[in-house]
Amino acid sequence: MKAQSKKSGIKLSTTLLFVFFLSLLLFGLNVKEPQRVMEQAWNICLECIGIG
Amino acid sequence: MEALRKLIQLIATLLTNSYFLFPVTHNIYQGPAKVICAPGLNCYSCPASTTYCPIGAIQQLLLSVRFSLETGSLFFSSYVVGTVGLIGTATGRITCGWLCPFGLVQELLYKLPVKTKVELPYLLRYVKYLMLVFFVVLMPLLLVNEWGMGLPWFCKYVCPAGTLEAGIPMIFLQPDLRATIGFLFYNKLAWMIIFLLWSVVTSRPFCKTTCPLGAFYGLFNKVSLIKLELNETLCTKCGHCADVCPMGIQFNEAVGSPECIMCMRCMREGCDFGAITLTCGGMHLLADNRRDRKKDKFIEQEL
Repeated sequence: MKAQSKKSGIKLSTTLLFVFFLSLLLFGLNVKEPQRVMEQAWNICLECIGIG
Repeated sequence: MEALRKLIQLIATLLTNSYFLFPVTHNIYQGPAKVICAPGLNCYSCPASTTYCPIGAIQQLLLSVRFSLETGSLFFSSYVVGTVGLIGTATGRITCGWLCPFGLVQELLYKLPVKTKVELPYLLRYVKYLMLVFFVVLMPLLLVNEWGMGLPWFCKYVCPAGTLEAGIPMIFLQPDLRATIGFLFYNKLAWMIIFLLWSVVTSRPFCKTTCPLGAFYGLFNKVSLIKLELNETLCTKCGHCADVCPMGIQFNEAVGSPECIMCMRCMREGCDFGAITLTCGGMHLLADNRRDRKKDKFIEQEL
């Protein structure tokens, strides 16, 4: 019975990972990292495409 | 199921590459959607790309982390890592099997009729972890020039998706760039040709050996919310799951393997006994509906 209930729930490790990565995401949002990511993605990265 | 998967792969590719004005503007998309993470490997310098590539973004943020700190910004790529971490925790490596454009390209090439198909040595699969640790994280972060800026090592020297989706199209769109073609471009072109040709004889060679994003997502396969599970009482260890697996895994011996891209071919085409099921948080979502019929047939044959 115990094993059954353990199987049917969400693992603690999964929950902890969710909390950890959600915290990272929120930290990133708080320091306005998305704006920086977007600015980078607006420019052609010549190095990335093998030209720069 | 395979037809549905191909359709979803195609839709995902079109959604992450839906800027169709590039032949007119001769430039890449520069709108607000570029704040959205492409779940798969999709170069953001691709003229049609409407999203950012997490691997490219992580490198760009890490290579300029000193500059960011000096200007008072805390850009450690936490937004990007947080996003792909949440995707990985929720779905493991399902993105590789269902959403990645470069995965789709490799799968289509593998369908070409060639007499000899080759499986690669298992050891080569560990190269992708070296790519993730060194080329994506440590080298951009630590190997810096006199101004404290690093290089996007994976994008610059390896990524064949960038050459295919961005390098070659941009050369046609912006003729001025042709003058700058040199060793760097030919090196990347060579990698692209190697992986594309390799894909004809080996299933998903880039995903197996080199993709840092696949390596990252694979780490979550054992703990992800959505995953494939094995019912050991129904498994006969016949090995049919390995026959259909594009990643060369025998599922019953490698449950939660970081190599599994959750394409579900083992569940729908390989296993005749319903031993493999798709679960979400422990709840069964999908199982093979052929189970009872096939199991009865098997028992009849055994008798």
